[in-house]
Amino acid sequence: MEYSETVVDHYTNPRNVGKIEDASGVGQVGNPVCGDIMKMFIKVENNVITDVKFKTFGCGAAIASSSISTEMIKGRTIEEALALKNTEVVNQLGGLPPVKLHCSVLAEEAIHEAVADYYRKEGKMTEEEIREKCSLKEHNCENCCK
Amino acid sequence: MKTIYLDNNATTKTDEEVLQAMLPYFSEQYGNPSSIYQIGRETRKAVDAARETVARLLNCEPGEIYFTSCGSESDNMAIKGIAHAYQKRGKHIITSKIEHPAVLETCKTLEKEGFEVSYIGVDENGILNLEELKNAIRQDTILITVMFANNEIGTIQPIREIGEIAAANKILFHTDAVQAAGSVKIDVRDLKIDSLSISAHKFHGPKGVGALYMRKAVLFNKLIDGGHQERNRRAGTENVAGIVGLSKALELAYAHMEENNQKIKALRDYYVAQIQERIPYIRVNGDMERRLPGNSNISFRFIEGEGLLLNLDLKGICASSGSACTSGSLDPSHVLLAIGLPHEIAHGSLRISIGKDNTKEEIDYVIESLVEIVQRLRDMSPLWEDFIESQGQA
Repeated sequence: MEYSETVVDHYTNPRNVGKIEDASGVGQVGNPVCGDIMKMFIKVENNVITDVKFKTFGCGAAIASSSISTEMIKGRTIEEALALKNTEVVNQLGGLPPVKLHCSVLAEEAIHEAVADYYRKEGKMTEEEIREKCSLKEHNCENCCK
Repeated sequence: MKTIYLDNNATTKTDEEVLQAMLPYFSEQYGNPSSIYQIGRETRKAVDAARETVARLLNCEPGEIYFTSCGSESDNMAIKGIAHAYQKRGKHIITSKIEHPAVLETCKTLEKEGFEVSYIGVDENGILNLEELKNAIRQDTILITVMFANNEIGTIQPIREIGEIAAANKILFHTDAVQAAGSVKIDVRDLKIDSLSISAHKFHGPKGVGALYMRKAVLFNKLIDGGHQERNRRAGTENVAGIVGLSKALELAYAHMEENNQKIKALRDYYVAQIQERIPYIRVNGDMERRLPGNSNISFRFIEGEGLLLNLDLKGICASSGSACTSGSLDPSHVLLAIGLPHEIAHGSLRISIGKDNTKEEIDYVIESLVEIVQRLRDMSPLWEDFIESQGQA
């Protein structure tokens, strides 16, 4: 398995590892059975993500995807963060091996879950509205990159 | 950076002495063993001598040894060959759940052809369940194929007992001894083995050459059609250099087996004991007594194996893991699942397999590196965080 230099850099020195104690939103995706769990913490002020931290149980690609996506959404508005696609994470990483693409999907989904959690805490939207706005879906490891 | 090679169950470095024995067969000794002139007769002699050596070490006749291209070919040749030759008698085969893919996939191919295969389980230590094996035997069982030692967790299977069960029921017994050969003295007559596969690169021989022992009375269909090589049982011009290398490597392995095993086992036991002492929440996988001397397999809870391997690689350490991420599928190792590990613990496994050239300094470096890497990955793991929090509340 050959990883790009950026991937190696990010799993060697992951950025924004940790947790935010008073997070505005926390999202967790994946499951230990498949071997990947990502937990994303966001701090939101005036609709802008001012801080992001992550914890990941998973392979090098999962760690690198989480790490780089925290960098990609930090300082962005919530809408910009929600618009982040897994393909952009892959591009930013300089590519991922095909069997590892699902790690980037998990990163995208973790961000969406964290934002959804923020909306829930805010209490301004119904669950249905949140699910739609954050395009929440059940993660299915078997199918996530098909 | 210095490479610290601790993946000797994957492959081994070809010994200098083996390489030297092989070299002439790449240059001046290039004749085809099937040719009648001088340089052909010389390579024929080399192949014959190699066959005699391998036969002597395994305690069989030279006419019962077939040289192949690898362990997988030996397994395919034995299992498919026997299945096809005896299918009129029955179409049932018994194997174990922890076989190498060379055996498991061969069995699956035979299932597609209409054979039935029973996959026997192992206990939590990775030892075959003999009662289950006995109960699986049917009137139409023609073959039992169980590995000599497992490649992931190193457990040595009760080969003598399986051989006796097979013989008592007049069923043929094949064993994939690819991982065991070179570390265990194998006497095929004494152990009532009908067929056995080995591969040179697992015992400091070259890659690309294997051997199959097939007891004289056993019938088997050919896998490779063509010329009359290997007494018309396996076509293809002999890999003379490889065959010479396999025989030399096996000879050296037998000559130094006790001293090498003693040294290797001491290093392995030291490594396992140190990890047990210094890293909490681990699980040592596989029986520690009935086990190959150099193999260790440890699951580090709350972390994933590929992340572990990548971090070890950055420190020059070569090892392997049974995690899904290293297998290219979503499931972790079938062997670790067969011994009853939950998926998440199987994902965090690390196989360190020690060889005769490893030193205590290298093992100490690996232990220090692992203590640091495991902690770093755990600090990054949400599972570890949840676990620590739950411990705090308890």
